[in-house]
Amino acid sequence: MSQQQPRVIVVGGGLAGLAATIKVAEAGVPVDLFSMVPVKRSHSVCAQGGINACNEVARQQGYSEWIHMDETLYGGDFLQHQPPVYEMTHWAPKIIDLLDRMGVPFNRTAEGQRDLRLFGGSLFKRTHFTGASTGQQLLYGLDEQVRRHEADGKVTKYEFWEFLWPIIDDNGECKGIIAQDMRTMEIKPFLADAVVMCTGGNGMVFGKSTMSVICTGGAAARCYQAGAWFGNPEFIQVHPTAIPGEDKCRLMSESARGEGGRVWVPRKKGDTRPPLEIPEAERMYFLEEKYPAYGNLVPRDIATREIFFICEEGYGIGGGRMVYLDVSHLPQGTKDKLKAILEIYEKFTGDDPTEVPMKIFPAVHYSMGGLYTVFTEQEKQPVPGDGDVVIGMKDGAPNNMMTNIPGLFAFGEVNYQYHGGTRLGANALLNCIFDGLFCGPSLVNYAKEARKTPASEVPQSVIDKYVAQEKAKCDALINSKGKANPYDIWRRLGDEMTAAATVVRTEERMVQALETVKKLREEYKDVCLSDTGMWTNQNLSFTRALNDMLIYAEAILVPAIARKESRGSHYRPDFPERVDDPFQKTSIVKFVDGQPELSYEDVATPMVPPRARTYGKTS
Amino acid sequence: MTASDAKKNFYIKVKRQDGPGKNPYYQTFELPYKPNLNIISCLQAIASNPVTIDGKQVAPVVWDCSCLEEVCGACTMVMGGKVGQSCSTLVDELMERDGTGSKANPITLEPMSKFPVVRDLFVDRASMFNNLKDIKGWVPIDGTHHLGGGPRESQEEQDLRYALSRCMTCGCCLEACPQFSLEGNFVGAQVFGQTLYFNMHETGATLKDDRLNVMQQAGGISDCGNAQNCVEVCPKELPLVEAIAKIGRQTTVHSVKQFFTGKK
Repeated sequence: MSQQQPRVIVVGGGLAGLAATIKVAEAGVPVDLFSMVPVKRSHSVCAQGGINACNEVARQQGYSEWIHMDETLYGGDFLQHQPPVYEMTHWAPKIIDLLDRMGVPFNRTAEGQRDLRLFGGSLFKRTHFTGASTGQQLLYGLDEQVRRHEADGKVTKYEFWEFLWPIIDDNGECKGIIAQDMRTMEIKPFLADAVVMCTGGNGMVFGKSTMSVICTGGAAARCYQAGAWFGNPEFIQVHPTAIPGEDKCRLMSESARGEGGRVWVPRKKGDTRPPLEIPEAERMYFLEEKYPAYGNLVPRDIATREIFFICEEGYGIGGGRMVYLDVSHLPQGTKDKLKAILEIYEKFTGDDPTEVPMKIFPAVHYSMGGLYTVFTEQEKQPVPGDGDVVIGMKDGAPNNMMTNIPGLFAFGEVNYQYHGGTRLGANALLNCIFDGLFCGPSLVNYAKEARKTPASEVPQSVIDKYVAQEKAKCDALINSKGKANPYDIWRRLGDEMTAAATVVRTEERMVQALETVKKLREEYKDVCLSDTGMWTNQNLSFTRALNDMLIYAEAILVPAIARKESRGSHYRPDFPERVDDPFQKTSIVKFVDGQPELSYEDVATPMVPPRARTYGKTS
Repeated sequence: MTASDAKKNFYIKVKRQDGPGKNPYYQTFELPYKPNLNIISCLQAIASNPVTIDGKQVAPVVWDCSCLEEVCGACTMVMGGKVGQSCSTLVDELMERDGTGSKANPITLEPMSKFPVVRDLFVDRASMFNNLKDIKGWVPIDGTHHLGGGPRESQEEQDLRYALSRCMTCGCCLEACPQFSLEGNFVGAQVFGQTLYFNMHETGATLKDDRLNVMQQAGGISDCGNAQNCVEVCPKELPLVEAIAKIGRQTTVHSVKQFFTGKK
């Protein structure tokens, strides 16, 4: 397996992975791109609402990249390192321009300019969009450019290949991966001088979420077990508006509210009248009443808690756990912009949301936390609108968004940076593409110069050790004569995590959940496959990932129990206030002797001092 | 059997195939009825307890899926004889449409017939992605450095391009097409839609001739029989008839130009 020129491995073909692939290929370094699905089917397609960036219209109304940064920090309850947020928000307008050049069909104004919509956590229109399926169009735009590089021979795709483990040499540097062909079940080593994980979130740990079934968090949890650290894994976003379903909770985009959709419940508890028969005066627009400035567009954690509590108080539809999301009053042109999500609602529920209000409830949606990463700071030249002290990231620094394992990077949702305690709507697409474009050159620079030894010098014995480890794992599962059903363990894990560690988190309940997860880990040792063949064995892949989900669940619960404060999405009724001393810190979770070990690290807040996060609440 | 009867159980018959070149066979499963159940939920239930109506423990059914909200295109299959996404196809719909679901007349699930079977309901659609390479399905930008925005676009143009951009490479149009076959070289409606999409973009159009050269070849636009089944089954309601007509015209003009200029 000798190789002369540096190579880069990208694991995951969503927005972050594709953007990184484009940058690395453009620099002339060959890329091997691994994905469990054809990259065009990655979970990024599920993003609906849009992508944030300062634009000329907003700028002339007083907006700036700096304000975008400030909104992101305020939304995230000041848990983020600020330099990466500075860099991301200042790059955002360039990213929109680039996507525009790639042919992404952004919605247009009458004059032919890019149209904008309002989104959560901002009083300015700064969200660019393509209908209500923006993630799909952005992903396709990048997919097309990657296909072009693939046709030129600069990119090799490994689709339907599953990442199993990072190859880490005796110097502690990551030098490639072990992967498995999900059809032939072949397990193979692949060497590279830099590896970047772009493997998204962990929604499946919570059972039903808005995420795709591939979002198990398994890849991240494997890196964690191999020695990579988690940063803030306890921060999980619960989206306020989803359609509850048997198999998953389907997202109903924030853009519905951005375009004027209103959330309400009947003023009378247990009112069983059909929604259209409830007159305006008898509807409680509780978000608008409590948050006059932001209204329905408060950040997601706040909207989620308000919806959750109003249902707890008995105001949910018919006394149940759902509220109305109403777009039926909007003009036809606006409904057209939301077509992609409104037709999904109709297909799955049979009700036409242009006529009748939708019934929605919060669901797990996004992982703010993820693999811990570092970066190199750099003082930047202020641009109009910036503050006095301006610190961003150094372009091309070989450690930007690298994990604690040299040579192993993390981009996109799996990277814990940028969002802190809560992510603002339409900042995820930005974060994913920014990581790929801005930090892609860091991969190149690391692979070419910063690494200690080239991948071609990894001893065969090291490679063989990892291949044997993964083959043994497969064999153990295939040959297990146990009785436990993996789907049953998974369902119980999801129920427990959703009950204990989502909208409301108490110490007592989370400690109980930790016990449950421990028990499930014991039961897992007795797990039994229903498919023991070696051809396209999805049962094996799922069951292997289940172990990783259980391990990830513990890494979420331990720092969540220890964080005795409320911040962003982490709401503790037993500790309802934010406590900056000592908790304005990153939770770092290391896998030590099979258990999570927690420590803390200060966050870099050179530019914006923390302030109370109220969003102008009236009562 | 109708959905309005509160049925306790219903039946699903699945076409199984253990691998490429293996003989297909059918197995029937009994599942508890719930309203609003989609086909994916049925397959998930079978996966967690793969026992047939004969009480036989079998390998779980293999199928392709990811997003479960009809935007990734993975979970396409043939349900009750009609192609669609198994996430957005509801058991109630099939029962009402076909009168199926009983033990004697179960709901059938089959893999698409126009693609090689990998296993059970999971097929290999690599050809659809490869075709996008052949037509140079991209906008040839100079590179990713900051060079300002893209061309302005009218709302009307964006409307049509957005509609075409929603193609999720699911394969429904090809499964339903009488001209498209596993063995033949006809590329089908997906490619015509994408060709129009890229030809419409100001920068994308610089590769228009290359794309139309592909459209001229055997298996290109002239092989389309205009049955228009594609547009009937497209889950995203792509304007495929319009795309076929426009690509037909563009190809004709292209051929005439080639004839007079002698350029290939």
